[in-house]
Amino acid sequence: MDNSLIQLIYLLAASFFVLGIKGMTKPRTAIRGNQFAAVGMLIAVLVTLLDQKIVSYEFIILGIALGGLLGAILAIKVQMTAMPQMVALLNGFGGGASLGVAAAYYFETISGAGFAPGLEGSIIVVAIAATTIIGSVTLTGSVIAFGKLQEIISGNSIGLPGGKVINAVLVACALYALVSLINAPTQEMFFYAMIVLAAILGITLVLAIGGADMPVVIALLNSYSGIAAASTGFIMNNTMLIVAGSLVGASGLILTRIMCVAMNRSLINVLFGLMAEAGDSIDADEVYDGKVTSSSPDEVAMIIENARRVVIIPGFGLAMAQAQHAVRELADSMKKLGIEVEYAIHPVAGRMPGHMNVLLAEAEVPYEQMIEMDTINPTFEQTDVAIVIGANDVTNPMAREDKGCPIYGMPILNVDKSRTVVVIKRSLSAGFAGLPNPLFAQDNTLMLFGDGKKAVTDLTAALNEAA
Amino acid sequence: MEYLVLLLALFVISLFLGVELINKVPPNLHTPLMSGCNAISGITMVGAVLAAGAEQEITPLIGFLGFVALVLSTTNVVAGFMVTHRMLAMFTRRSK
Repeated sequence: MDNSLIQLIYLLAASFFVLGIKGMTKPRTAIRGNQFAAVGMLIAVLVTLLDQKIVSYEFIILGIALGGLLGAILAIKVQMTAMPQMVALLNGFGGGASLGVAAAYYFETISGAGFAPGLEGSIIVVAIAATTIIGSVTLTGSVIAFGKLQEIISGNSIGLPGGKVINAVLVACALYALVSLINAPTQEMFFYAMIVLAAILGITLVLAIGGADMPVVIALLNSYSGIAAASTGFIMNNTMLIVAGSLVGASGLILTRIMCVAMNRSLINVLFGLMAEAGDSIDADEVYDGKVTSSSPDEVAMIIENARRVVIIPGFGLAMAQAQHAVRELADSMKKLGIEVEYAIHPVAGRMPGHMNVLLAEAEVPYEQMIEMDTINPTFEQTDVAIVIGANDVTNPMAREDKGCPIYGMPILNVDKSRTVVVIKRSLSAGFAGLPNPLFAQDNTLMLFGDGKKAVTDLTAALNEAA
Repeated sequence: MEYLVLLLALFVISLFLGVELINKVPPNLHTPLMSGCNAISGITMVGAVLAAGAEQEITPLIGFLGFVALVLSTTNVVAGFMVTHRMLAMFTRRSK
């Protein structure tokens, strides 16, 4: 096929990607958007298969069959609670694929064939080197992120002594290898050095990141996988790869920023696993002593019965207890009594952007009832009962009031302003931030201790009985 | 050189377009957005197909690298689009 025609068809595919992302801006059009993007991908791959550079199809058919099978199994089997791991893994695959393509081009056009020096050649070498470094960091970083989320590796921040110095040295060495490669493109040694240095960098960077910051890391690696694809486009002079890759890159960057703002953390602090310095350490006993009121499902059911508006605040503890269906049943019972029910979703509830929404959607909670933090916060004063399930730090009033505390300034859900607060939790243990939560000791707070799912089911039973 | 400048311009404009579009995506859909992006970043399939189908007699290494990249990127494409569809279907399902 004529090259211009191929380029035009690639442009068509790129347009489908843009339309696909546009569809994602509304729940109503999102499915169609996803299908548009898939059509774009199909067009792109079909056109590429007609390229005259291809001499044998065996590897291609085998590769697509294997990848397709693996992909389908992953997509069908994955639990919604495990979506963060899944996305982390796919981020890594994206980085790895870009790395593979860059390496193949390097051996094909630079080290294998007689390389023609000059400006044109240098540009390709730079593009190959950039893709290699970003792809390699994304690959190993994502594998570590996957390991942490899957709890194969400890979720805590594993900082090496002098981690910043080690990372700086790694970056410097990788850049040195890059410059050397530009000067002597046929020296394969520099190419290999770049891959290895970037791979180690990916590991050390993500190991240092603590569990609470994982949403930021997944979003950032998502962005890297897109940038790596765009960079591959510069190697191949392919406009479609550049458009598609930069859309993904932009998406990841925006989500990274949203997550950082929601935790009041700077990206630098997240990347180096730094927490804000705690002022005077806050004694949990002092906060809780004699002020915590424990309650029973029957008592809570009686209060709910007389409520007109109830807000449910889900956290990752709800997902851990697989209690999302039980919560929906509780909401159904409340609605039967004519009570208005809404869900308050903090941006970092769950382990990745939007994770809690997906878990609730799985339990058939209509998306109109999932309300963003900024929208629902002013309504807590008119809320009769707020039920907190498996959430902690995102409801801690200290973030609003106590200037000395490490999470001061983090936007929170103003649950404490509700008339009555019910907290369903196993114990008074601290959340990721390691702080006591004065919400639990408030006069209008009732603690319902126990397993999330069982407590919610008991509460529903008590409510149905009372009604 | 001019072509490179053109490609760079395309890159920058696409980034801006991406920012404009994605800022409008509601938080409800952020997880499907990310898995959908996984699928789109599988566009490297195009490069992988060319490498995997290239003349193998020169260096088998190129074909092998292309093959690995092809398996990884196809997994991304298939898993990404399918799981995104699975999630979005849950959002649009109307409970009675």
